[in-house]
Amino acid sequence: MARTDMDQTDLTRLSADQAARALAAGETSSVELTRALLDRIDAVDAEIHAFLHVDPEGALAAARASDERRAAGEATSYLAGVPIAVKDVFATIGQPTTCGSKILEGWMPPYDATAVAKLRAAGLPILGKTNMDEFAMGSSTEHSAYGPTRNPWDTTRVPGGSGGGSAAAVAAFEAPLALGTDTGGSIRQPGAVTGTVGVKPTYGGVSRYGLVAMASSLDQAGPVTRTVLDAALLHEVVAGHDPMDSTSIDAPVPAVVAAARRADVKGLKIGLVRELQGEGFQAGVLARFDEAVHLLADAGAEVVEISCPSFVHAIAAYYLVMPSEASSNLARFDAMRYGLRVAPEGVADPSAEQVMAASRDAGFGDEVKRRIILGTYALSSGYYDAYYGSAQKVRTLIARDFAAAFEQVDLLVSPTSPVTAWPLGDKLDDPMAMYLQDVATIPANLAGAPGLSLPVGLADEDGMPVGLQFLAPATADDRLYNAGAALERLLEEKWGAPLLAQAPTLEGGAR
Amino acid sequence: MSSGISRADVEHLAGLARIELSEAELDRLAADLPAILEHVATIQEYVGQQAAGDDVPAMSHPLPVDNVFRADEVRPSLTPDEALSGAPESEQQRFVVPKILGED
Repeated sequence: MARTDMDQTDLTRLSADQAARALAAGETSSVELTRALLDRIDAVDAEIHAFLHVDPEGALAAARASDERRAAGEATSYLAGVPIAVKDVFATIGQPTTCGSKILEGWMPPYDATAVAKLRAAGLPILGKTNMDEFAMGSSTEHSAYGPTRNPWDTTRVPGGSGGGSAAAVAAFEAPLALGTDTGGSIRQPGAVTGTVGVKPTYGGVSRYGLVAMASSLDQAGPVTRTVLDAALLHEVVAGHDPMDSTSIDAPVPAVVAAARRADVKGLKIGLVRELQGEGFQAGVLARFDEAVHLLADAGAEVVEISCPSFVHAIAAYYLVMPSEASSNLARFDAMRYGLRVAPEGVADPSAEQVMAASRDAGFGDEVKRRIILGTYALSSGYYDAYYGSAQKVRTLIARDFAAAFEQVDLLVSPTSPVTAWPLGDKLDDPMAMYLQDVATIPANLAGAPGLSLPVGLADEDGMPVGLQFLAPATADDRLYNAGAALERLLEEKWGAPLLAQAPTLEGGAR
Repeated sequence: MSSGISRADVEHLAGLARIELSEAELDRLAADLPAILEHVATIQEYVGQQAAGDDVPAMSHPLPVDNVFRADEVRPSLTPDEALSGAPESEQQRFVVPKILGED
């Protein structure tokens, strides 16, 4: 890293922290860095399809501006000049925002999401918008209306979802940083199955203003990176109270960067969630998970088993709460103010209602329709108490399990995903099988707790990445970064390099 | 409660949700939804099993938030052109929509 003649391959491989230090030391420029990443996107994205839109001009203009500010000696943020990719759920001025849906094809938002505005203010060039399951509904990115993203470890497999594009972009060295959103695991699960780091902050930790809403009481934006420290650096840029989101937390952002630099688990009490291991979890996932837990114990953490009995009911509760909120949120796609408008066939002088129904049929994909219908059912009179009402009570029971657990331990751990990345198409015809993949990530969303996933190795049976998840009490996000960075260091000492050094290079792939 | 959901139920729900589903889509959803509803319905039993008298409160939101007010002051906002920039059709700074009233 001390080299001054870094070629382009080196630049794409830098972590955000390494890039920031190289920029500060004058060893490279933001323009060079941005060009290298745009070239990498050019070379590999036909194969990966992480991006729905790439913005070379906008990214290079922001890079030039960042270089000029630095040259003029102006104060810049730590990550100034380090490029980033943004999930297509965030509204961005000057770049289309589709949310992976045909109903928003080509939509140019007239405003920036707060998280995006913060990236711009901090001087991070935005490379483009990343692929996702339509309206973030899915665990494989196969529900994107614009075609699936492929896993850089094995392009016949899914990259997880809904934020498969952000995770794959980072794993394929197309960007050192990306923004994602996590409603039921959409940052953490793609992180796990692509060998990258993903963090869902405490609910309300990052503003939701300018995010296309799926389930408002669950949605949370957060960092997608290759290292725990990079996630902390990005977390600090985008987090904080926002008057435009009345559910954002009006309190100082936890000291996540300091925690990631501390990286010491000595004396920490860590609880193994009994309900999130064993049956239904792939052998190779459990093997890597167990080894990682032993590393933590050897480094001085006290590991105990904790029971959270309500967690096994989280998926059922989630698939009532989420569709209910989504069916309500997606009512805004009415073909009147923005988005697709389609005239019904064979109807002369159609009414607004007929146009609305035809447009929603043409614009929404199968999974979105499925969830809207499910939510409409759960909220309909006569079923409301039995379904939505019961789900809200289960939510309370899950929050009580968390509260009881955190009276005994500082952090909880589990595998992030019960399985490694599966072959494209494998679960597409069985929605319930797809939903069950979120078993370990959903409890945190229902309770508002923060969670971090990091890679802990490759499964023996398929050579695909395995993720481990830390969970912390609400607003104690710093604990995730401390423990995550500590485990990352222990693992890299064992491996001799980051896990992604073992991923295929993809160079010379399809153009 | 039975988690049976018929094709006619799906059609009714699609009407409520303002989605004009095709015949093939109705068939597919009527086939998919029962398995999902069977799974989610298990929570009723679980909630029912909680100790009698412990009326578990409903949780609609992870944070205890009260209504948030702001000062009633004019702030910068979108211009009419910006607000209309994504409209399928607009005219004289207004959204143009299909007819909203019946003929009779």
